[in-house]
Amino acid sequence: MSEWLYPIAIEVNGTQHASHVTARTSLVDWLREHLHLTGTHIGCEHGICGACSVMLDGEPVRSCLMYAVQADGHRITTVEGLQRPDGSLSVLQDSFCETHGLQCGYCTPGMLIAAQALLNTNPRPTEAEIRNAIGGNLCRCTGYQQIVDAIALAARRMAEGAT
Amino acid sequence: MKSPPFEYARAASIEEACELLSQHGDAAKVIAGGQSLVPMLAFRLLRPSWLIDINEIVALKFVALDTDAVRMGACTRQCVVARDDALAARVPLLRQALAYVGHTQTRNRGTIGGSLVHADPSAELPLVAQILGAQLVLRAKSGTRTLPASAFFAGPMMTNVHADECLEEIHWPVWREHKTGSAFTEISRRHGDFAIAAAAAQIAVNDDGHCTRVTFGVGGGAPTPIAFPELAQSLVGQRMDQAKARAVAHEAAAALEPDSDIHASAAYRRHLAGVLVTRVLQQAYAAARAVQ
Repeated sequence: MSEWLYPIAIEVNGTQHASHVTARTSLVDWLREHLHLTGTHIGCEHGICGACSVMLDGEPVRSCLMYAVQADGHRITTVEGLQRPDGSLSVLQDSFCETHGLQCGYCTPGMLIAAQALLNTNPRPTEAEIRNAIGGNLCRCTGYQQIVDAIALAARRMAEGAT
Repeated sequence: MKSPPFEYARAASIEEACELLSQHGDAAKVIAGGQSLVPMLAFRLLRPSWLIDINEIVALKFVALDTDAVRMGACTRQCVVARDDALAARVPLLRQALAYVGHTQTRNRGTIGGSLVHADPSAELPLVAQILGAQLVLRAKSGTRTLPASAFFAGPMMTNVHADECLEEIHWPVWREHKTGSAFTEISRRHGDFAIAAAAAQIAVNDDGHCTRVTFGVGGGAPTPIAFPELAQSLVGQRMDQAKARAVAHEAAAALEPDSDIHASAAYRRHLAGVLVTRVLQQAYAAARAVQ
């Protein structure tokens, strides 16, 4: 059966992308397979694990739980969009390295998106606020403590003027 | 784990959504936040021919604070409602319940109306709608009608919404009694998971500490969330204490028809419901008494 293709135009990490997709193409599949932005990971593919988190108009959402066609006209930020303009690691990404906030790395893009979205609106979060912000993201390696440490470290560094 | 094929229409207005629903009827599903619908498609539990997207309908996203009710558009995001201090002062149960609904990422996308129409018997917002007696405004091409929550929920994942209707507005009653308190609690295996059992209560008291108005209910214990108006009425005129809360909770739990599944036996769910109702009755009463 051939499926109808829908035209979409989505801003991803500051760049406009026009494309045609089937209605059932999930946003994460479109990002990975059409734009080859494979930083966003597919974990459970039904909204439980948080690995596929991206920002939709600045707010973190699960990209497996929306269709690419629904993002038409909207603005998406993926983990690739978090780096500095020169391609080096952001303060938050560097803090994850510093505190060993990742091991296998599978959950890391989702963790980074959730954490960056938190810091964007709440630059000095409490530990409880950090844990709440990443409460929808599963990690099977770290036990979460180093991830919480990484986000707290990034908040401190940014408060001290790091950009 | 990929959705089956469907055709997609982004409705620009509620009129357009209703027109599409009148054309496609049973073959179409309305998609709001999609936080439950998309997994159901991915699991192939549903195979609609059409998805009618109401996310871009601005008129379905609003919160209006009237004197006797808070009105909101069906597509109002859960995160917007959870953040609204003025709303939380009028219908505190909404914020209290939303703390248990999913996670930041799902609340950013999930909608109030979507949770109600999905009608999961253990879900939080349907329970709040049931115990407060929310009014649900349904829109079809032919006109609108309003159902109270008690006539809206029909069974597990089932409502009395017709195939050509779209939930348009929800009206949450505001209690005018000054000394009003409420409480919501639930037990789930992990935060954000489906509740094994949930309970909610809202109580108004007079200056002497006697209950003047009581409502409470249980989620996860029956095919729909269930309120107990007669038992609640029996507390009116009384001061709450642990023995009274426990006695009423015990009667409520006895009236439930919980299911057994891999997470909990029916007997455990019933026991849990009794414990949770005891807690919310005492907490809501204490909160009402604490109002200055």
